[in-house]
Amino acid sequence: MTTPAISVQNVSKRYGETLVLRDINLEIPRGEVTCLIGPSGSGKSTLLRCMAFLEETTSGSILIEGEPLGFIEKDGKRRAQSPSELRATRSKVGMVFQQFNLWPHMTALGNVSAALRRVRKMPRKEAEERAMAQLTKVGLEDRAGHYPSQLSGGQQQRVAIARALALDPTIMLFDEPTSALDPELTGEVLNVMRALADEGMTMVAVTHEIGFAASVGNTVCFLDQGKLLFHDTPEKVFAAPRHPRLEQFLDTYLDRGASMLK
Amino acid sequence: MTIFVSSISILLGLGFAILLSAMRMSGNLVLINFARVFISFFRGVPLLVQLLLIFNLLPALGLSLSSLATALIGLSLCTAAYQAENLRGGFEGVPPGLIESAEMAGFSPTQTFLHIRTPIALRMTFPALVNEAILILKASSLVSVVGLIELTKMAQNLAASTYMPLPIFASAGLIYLAINLVVAAIGRRAEVALPGLPAK
Repeated sequence: MTTPAISVQNVSKRYGETLVLRDINLEIPRGEVTCLIGPSGSGKSTLLRCMAFLEETTSGSILIEGEPLGFIEKDGKRRAQSPSELRATRSKVGMVFQQFNLWPHMTALGNVSAALRRVRKMPRKEAEERAMAQLTKVGLEDRAGHYPSQLSGGQQQRVAIARALALDPTIMLFDEPTSALDPELTGEVLNVMRALADEGMTMVAVTHEIGFAASVGNTVCFLDQGKLLFHDTPEKVFAAPRHPRLEQFLDTYLDRGASMLK
Repeated sequence: MTIFVSSISILLGLGFAILLSAMRMSGNLVLINFARVFISFFRGVPLLVQLLLIFNLLPALGLSLSSLATALIGLSLCTAAYQAENLRGGFEGVPPGLIESAEMAGFSPTQTFLHIRTPIALRMTFPALVNEAILILKASSLVSVVGLIELTKMAQNLAASTYMPLPIFASAGLIYLAINLVVAAIGRRAEVALPGLPAK
């Protein structure tokens, strides 16, 4: 059996007194799209951020292609990875944020090529060529010279996807990538994500786009109050009879166009 | 001389202010406290006293520096302290998400500081920087105490030899005003031309 892209083992996380993740076990298979859904405060974003070590787990471990991320367990003791160890493991993971988080002082091309130049030490010309190829892939080659403030939200998010892809990650994490966008712009971002999934990229997406989860996801995970209640193929998750908690959650989508799932 | 001393001091001070900000964010207690004491001292002691201190302290330590060098050191250290305080607001205003995305792109903390935090902080505090430039231009009238002949000193000398203080000091004032109007105008231009401030 091949090692999973990400394996989450007995992961718990607490903020002070509050347990935000309770003993999560999950394997993300390579080449598949896994969608994390659940109500606000269910811990889905926290879990995703743990997979990039933007949040530390309180206990348990996360392996990226079999390599520990953030902490190394040895003889029952946990030690933090050195910054260079962490960067090496993390380099397999690309992250797309809800707020895009583009660097405002760089053009679209600058955003996509910055890490190639600074981190990969690529000459400027080569880095910009590769960046341009990524921008073309997300359909924004004609916006390369624009600053983020001159782009629509959907375009900014596509630049952010290109920026993550430029570093050749094997896994892409999406943290509510369309939540800051209006419905019209949501479509263009989802299309880029769909194309990426078709190419066989391993993807984990926290999303409120139930339609996307149902049509593109290979697996849908439902979290509630820090617990992974269940995960299965979308057909099984969304097929009746549903888990009562999921039923209640989906009800809130009725007014928002997901009624076709009912 | 006034323009020369002020502009060099502003630039040196800016570099030093960035260094002070880096120290303050380094997490190293020795560096943090050094920056803190430095800023308190240079903001808390009048520039005139600072200049006189440097002018008298350095020779006592066996260093003989020209009036120009003494003036540059005094002015740039003083403005560094103020600029570091201005920059702090900028650094604190950089959204944490931008630092996370730099982290995910593989930037080291130093690279993040140089390529992400500093340019954004500088843009956000640019109006304060222009303001500081104007203050330093005016404060440069104090460097005559260390023997440097600048605009104000020259006006004093002229007034003493011609017995016409009023028109001469009025002209000096007008020259300061003119220079500062130009600085302010350049500042406004640059503010508009600087790309990529976070959306207002």
